[in-house]
Amino acid sequence: MSSETTAPSVTPGAGETAPVPALGRFAETAIRSLVPVLLALVAGGLVLLALGTNPITFYANVWSGGVDFTAWEDTIMRMAPLTLIACGLIFVFKAGIWNLGIDGQFLLAGAVIAGLAPELYGNMPDALMFFILFVVAGVVASVWTIIPAMLRAYYGVNEIITSLMTSFIGINLANILIKGPFQDAASNVPQTKAIPFTNLLPTIPGTRIHVGVIVAALAAVATWYAMSRTSFGLRLAILGANARAATHVGIPVARLIIVSFMVSGLFIGLAAASEIMGIWGYVRADWNPAFGLLVVPLVFLARFNAIAVIPFVAALALLTIGGDFATQEAGISNEFTLLLVGLVLLFMGVTELLGRNRNLGASYLQGIRRKVRVREETS
Amino acid sequence: MNEPIHNTTSRDHGPETIPVVELRGITKAFPGVLANDHIDLALRGGEVHCLLGENGAGKSTLMSILSGMVQPDEGDIRVHGEPTRLASPKRAIEMGIGMVYQHTTLVPTLTVLDNLMMGALGTFRLDEAGSRARLAEVAGMLGVDVDPDAETATLALGQQQQIEIIKALWRGSKVLILDEPTSMLTPRGVEELARALERLKGHGMAVVLITHKLHEATSMGDRVTVLKQGRVVGRLEPDELRGRSHDELQPVIVAMMFGEQEEAEPELVELQEHVVPVRGARELPREALLELVDVHVAPRGGELGVRGVDLSVRPGEILGIAGVDGNGQRELAEAIAGQRHVSSGEIRFQSLHIDRLSVWQRERMGLRYVSDDRMGEGTVAALPVGLNLVLKRIGQAPFWRRGSIRHAEIERNAREKIEEFAIRTPGPGTRIGTLSGGNIQKVVLARELAHEPKLVVYNKPTYGLDIVTTRTVRERIEALAAEGVSALVISTDLDELVALCDRIAVISRGRIAGIVENGAGAAQRVGELMVGGQAEVA
Ligand SMILES: Nc1ncnc2c1ncn2[C@@H]1O[C@H](COP(=O)(O)OP(=O)(O)OP(=O)(O)O)[C@@H](O)[C@H]1O
Ligand SMILES: [Mg+2]
Repeated sequence: MSSETTAPSVTPGAGETAPVPALGRFAETAIRSLVPVLLALVAGGLVLLALGTNPITFYANVWSGGVDFTAWEDTIMRMAPLTLIACGLIFVFKAGIWNLGIDGQFLLAGAVIAGLAPELYGNMPDALMFFILFVVAGVVASVWTIIPAMLRAYYGVNEIITSLMTSFIGINLANILIKGPFQDAASNVPQTKAIPFTNLLPTIPGTRIHVGVIVAALAAVATWYAMSRTSFGLRLAILGANARAATHVGIPVARLIIVSFMVSGLFIGLAAASEIMGIWGYVRADWNPAFGLLVVPLVFLARFNAIAVIPFVAALALLTIGGDFATQEAGISNEFTLLLVGLVLLFMGVTELLGRNRNLGASYLQGIRRKVRVREETS
Repeated sequence: MNEPIHNTTSRDHGPETIPVVELRGITKAFPGVLANDHIDLALRGGEVHCLLGENGAGKSTLMSILSGMVQPDEGDIRVHGEPTRLASPKRAIEMGIGMVYQHTTLVPTLTVLDNLMMGALGTFRLDEAGSRARLAEVAGMLGVDVDPDAETATLALGQQQQIEIIKALWRGSKVLILDEPTSMLTPRGVEELARALERLKGHGMAVVLITHKLHEATSMGDRVTVLKQGRVVGRLEPDELRGRSHDELQPVIVAMMFGEQEEAEPELVELQEHVVPVRGARELPREALLELVDVHVAPRGGELGVRGVDLSVRPGEILGIAGVDGNGQRELAEAIAGQRHVSSGEIRFQSLHIDRLSVWQRERMGLRYVSDDRMGEGTVAALPVGLNLVLKRIGQAPFWRRGSIRHAEIERNAREKIEEFAIRTPGPGTRIGTLSGGNIQKVVLARELAHEPKLVVYNKPTYGLDIVTTRTVRERIEALAAEGVSALVISTDLDELVALCDRIAVISRGRIAGIVENGAGAAQRVGELMVGGQAEVA
């Protein structure tokens, strides 16, 4: 390749067209992530005005309801299941697999451990009990993903539909378990037997915050590491970016689909364990916090980055905790928080579209691109 | 049918007429590359304007600017003398500029008509009857026959390309841009294309043809512009082309493309000719390295599949597979690489049955596959060059250690390959999707030839490569063969096979129609087998 090797691989004058500086790219990502949130708050404000509520007061109430006094502890505790679910979703979404059966996986795992906990309680050290419950929750939720995973892996059946369907079954199965075998005989409300409030997950000294938050923080770091540094993360990214290339380079695609589905279920199960063992100690029939679909847009806003998702999770936690107070004060339904999340989703789509038209750079695959550092050719 | 090569329409319009499109001082920089550097180009009605240049010279970029896909940093564009901003592909189409891209844009699962109606965006209601009429009209203009209801995937590449051209002309374009349209075509396909272009010239259209094959430029072109590193380094006007033979023109163009030093090398010129050096018979070990026994592969949507193929490749042997595209070549290659199961028969490699082994295990054994679909499966566009070079070694030392990626190793490897294969990229961290077509191909080759290959299946190894790179790739295949690395070269380019192979097998309708020892008269016998194979089943 004589003639080409001797030719400079970078054309003269290329120095003037240096790649976008790091700050520029960071700013761009920040803008793309924050703009939808801000627009949603503005649009939500207009809806509030139409409902006859002062949006400024409302948002101020959200803040104080989520932060003042000891509310900040509730906000932080709410972050635990949301973060764990987000981690679970990153493993599948990155691979282009849409596990939307989150709520079914969450509730089924929750019901099983809520039924198991009173059996274990008192028969072993609490630490061992919690460990077993976390593992069981992870396994149950994980197993609940197998059907959509296999159907997708071996028959190419769209997993959005199957995971939603199994989610529906999971939610009902959880209720059957709660009302049936796990029913607290001493209660006439359909719910499981509670373990004493004082013996829930231990708290971080000096606060009411349970250690599920620490589990969630570790999970976020582990997820980030797995996605950005390990071969597993790269395989998922390749599958998500170009499934045919995945086959071509020898990635066992079917197996990877099943594994990523199950890992995602595992984290969703941990989310259930953290929430139930940290906050409730039992599960009541028809209880469904419906975290799943709330977390989905956050994972996109954070461009599938487990660390970047944390501020968004914090905002959502604040909104759900403070939102309860603010909607009560304003006398409107607390489903208004759902409306806000929906608006974020809508504006996210709009920003993405405008961004692409303006060539604001690649969208969510940016993270991978940086895996091999771009070093400017100085030689 | 045999129209004169140089149509006279350009003379009728005369040099004084305003060009249909005029580009002046077009400049475009990408991070780390100046892709176009003050390029002037005038396209006239009734002319085929050939755009030549080595891989990465900036041809595709210039045409993307003309088709509104890319915005220039500097320079102006005039359409019929009017300064125009081509802000989007839609705008370019409105201005009468249609483009056929280097890589297909058709949706394979849709019918021809659906694909074309999709192009007619803007109207919400799809006008089927109108579209059928328009299809007949444009097909008539091109002089081709098209079945509107055929599923696109079932069509031969040449036909798919005709659909792409019809799509580009759908909205009444006056300018047609073709980016390397001939690289996938058989000689007959090229002839058909040449005839279609002749007809379009007759309709007063301006055609831009990008190609790496110089005889196409000298036979089809009325005007030639040569790019190098983003600049115009040479032009040939109609009166310079007219009346001069290919043999006279070729050295002139080569000199423009690569500088004077290449001109002296005779085999470079010969590469483009039908007089190619035929390999002499060599002493090869007797036992087979790869053996296929009655291999069947089930077809998928629109394919022929493989229907009972027996082949054997000896160590160091270069076996060619000749045939018209779509006769089971890809299915065969994928079965050998492990991307598909064989439905019956067996594949042995180094005397081991490998039918049940995964792609990954076969890769580790030294069995490699250079796919002809470099964008669709060969690379991951969003990933950097560095990672694309190790895609088949994910999780393995030295690129991964204790489960964790080693960026330094990946980068070191990338720099080595970039140097060795003269890959033109701003750096290892550049997303591969932004490289020029030929440079992406070099990355794929560099990856497959690393880590001690034993047998490499090449599907169109030199597709999209410039003359110099084509030569180095062929030399590399030969050098590897001399070291005992076998090659299975699948190509539609008979000249390439005759230049490279020890033996040439002809594939037709999923079967091997015959195998020819390379040597005097081989090309002719292969040609006969190709025709015979088709006739036998028909
Ligand atoms: N979107 C892009 N982003 C960054 N660089 C680009 C982009 N498109 C093209 N380039 C760079 O511009 C240069 C010219 O590329 P171009 O595709 O125009 O070459 P070409 O002449 O068509 O080559 P080939 O014959 O290999 O197709 C290359 O170095 C390529 O890497
Ligand atoms: Mg090109």
